[in-house]
Amino acid sequence: MIENPISSSRRSILAGTAGTLSAAGLLALLDRPARAAAGNPAQDAQLLNAAVALEDEGIAAYQIGAESKLLSPDVLKVAVTFQGHHKQHRDDLLAAIKRLGGTGAQPKTQAQYATELGTASLKDQNGVLRLALKLERGATNAYLGLITSLDQPDLSLLVARNAADESFHAAVLGHVLGEPIPTKAPMFG
Amino acid sequence: MPIRRPSLHAAIILFAALEFGAAHAAAPPVRMTAPQSPPPSGSTSRGAEIYETKCGACHSLDQNRIGPKHRGVYGRKSASVPDFSYTPALKKLNVVWNAATLDRWLQNPTAMAPGTAMGFRLTSAQDRADVIAYLKQESAKR
Repeated sequence: MIENPISSSRRSILAGTAGTLSAAGLLALLDRPARAAAGNPAQDAQLLNAAVALEDEGIAAYQIGAESKLLSPDVLKVAVTFQGHHKQHRDDLLAAIKRLGGTGAQPKTQAQYATELGTASLKDQNGVLRLALKLERGATNAYLGLITSLDQPDLSLLVARNAADESFHAAVLGHVLGEPIPTKAPMFG
Repeated sequence: MPIRRPSLHAAIILFAALEFGAAHAAAPPVRMTAPQSPPPSGSTSRGAEIYETKCGACHSLDQNRIGPKHRGVYGRKSASVPDFSYTPALKKLNVVWNAATLDRWLQNPTAMAPGTAMGFRLTSAQDRADVIAYLKQESAKR
């Protein structure tokens, strides 16, 4: 087992100077783990950019669905609302990447998304909704699987929040498609 | 605005907390040796299901999406799909994807290739075995 060098140095400092350590010194020591937890911003930015790509694909999928003329007015309204959520997720991720000093990923063309998602084979509303459900479920799991890879807790919160939104979308889509409520938990992750 | 200095009382509490933590942290480390058990055998049908729900957000068998297409991945050299734009981390990795390398990768991609864009971890050994069995099966259908 490899010992944490930060913990080790903190212990040795405490052992040697316990009698004379000032309050300011104690506060400085307490600050050490906080700075050490700053982690690897470049790695975090890279991981968040994959999430941006995921959101861009979702935005494109809803756009293709909205333009397909396969959706009823009520369903179209919900699809546009969900697309708006994905745009907000993308913007939040891009802002976080910028704070980390990174550059946000650019979306592909609509035609590329159409090819990659095989949307030419969509024939009816249920087909569109099934594709959306697949993407929303996948996105929920992708976000949950990302949490432990991020160094900074605020970024973990960001992706956990997005995961919750995607699972909400999945629940609504599953209900509209008449899917049974899963009998086993956990449903994701 | 004047900076409030921590009171002596607060400093004593902080010091006591640090001492308590240090005393406990100073205990000899317990050696964690992973048991050498063989990896679980994988179910291709369960692997297909896991692939669809967990990997399917970013990957497809036959289309590059957020990640590269996966048909043929088993037995393939890393970063070798010609029309996919890999991160420098993946270009540097230089492994052949097999049961062992895929297991390591799916367990913690950023540990295997720091700088990768893939952060998704498949934490269950059984899930990894199932997905690997599925990818191996589908790779043979080229």
